[in-house]
Amino acid sequence: MDMLDLGGRKFRSRFILGSGKFSLDMTKRVIERGGVEIATLAVRRANAGGEENILDHIPDGITLLPNTSGARNAEEAVRIALLARELGCGDMVKVEVVRDSRYLLPDNRETIRAVELLSREGFIVLPYMMPDLSAARDMATAGAAAIMPLGAPIGSNKGLLTKDFIKILVDEIDLPIIVDAGIGRPSQACEAMEIGCAAVMANTAIATANDIPLMASAFKTAVEAGRKAYLAGLGRVKDRGEASSPLTGFLEDI
Amino acid sequence: MRVNGAEVNLDRPFTLSEYLKAAGYDCLRVAAELNGAIVPRAKYDVVALDDGDSLEIVGFVGGG
Repeated sequence: MDMLDLGGRKFRSRFILGSGKFSLDMTKRVIERGGVEIATLAVRRANAGGEENILDHIPDGITLLPNTSGARNAEEAVRIALLARELGCGDMVKVEVVRDSRYLLPDNRETIRAVELLSREGFIVLPYMMPDLSAARDMATAGAAAIMPLGAPIGSNKGLLTKDFIKILVDEIDLPIIVDAGIGRPSQACEAMEIGCAAVMANTAIATANDIPLMASAFKTAVEAGRKAYLAGLGRVKDRGEASSPLTGFLEDI
Repeated sequence: MRVNGAEVNLDRPFTLSEYLKAAGYDCLRVAAELNGAIVPRAKYDVVALDDGDSLEIVGFVGGG
């Protein structure tokens, strides 16, 4: 069976859902239609008094992947990760360290430090990062369980702008490469899977669709198609035409 | 006491667990950090709050 392996934990689904930006009562349907097994969450100050909690909308058996959004350096990321673990949802964490409020691009150097610190604390660490080979190698050495390069700025729906650099990570890093951020369409998710990415994460692409559960279903299909194409091995590309039908046995004189 | 950045007056002695309940938090859905240190849920009943404390109460929300 073809499974996604994250720090020894196995998953059939290769489509990771970001749970932000849509209404809570939509969450369950999106998870189901997307065939999702892993969903990310954020940690924020809690509101007092009977407010609905997203955990009540996530079906049992879904693996929760808290992110460290809001962290501006490694220490803040560790603080958020420890609070997330205390919330009682396991020891996986998506490290996200962002110091830039305009493009929300990750700080690779602080992210590497956060991976080191959190690996030592026993977390399964999935760092969100700018696709850079040296940084990815450092994250692998620091104990990352996967590498999560961005395709384009978070929430932009611009697609796989960093494709060539992500492919370098796929070829050179011996960890699952998961495209996170920027994927705007199922075709882009499929393309990421075709080049050998282990999974795709999406949130905004789905949350900003007209029919949100249907788009989750479209992503599921696209990610599965791309994975199959990768496993099948893509056919070669030629500059000139090559007949697919035999070039002998033509009927004469028609 | 400061709770999530806002000043709160304690009118009587509270344990963390008593305060969370009185303020309407669901103890099973939050994590608490008192003066920078995480309080394990098992200790909510025995940790006493003080006027000079700084308390952060967090929970999960949707996010990518």
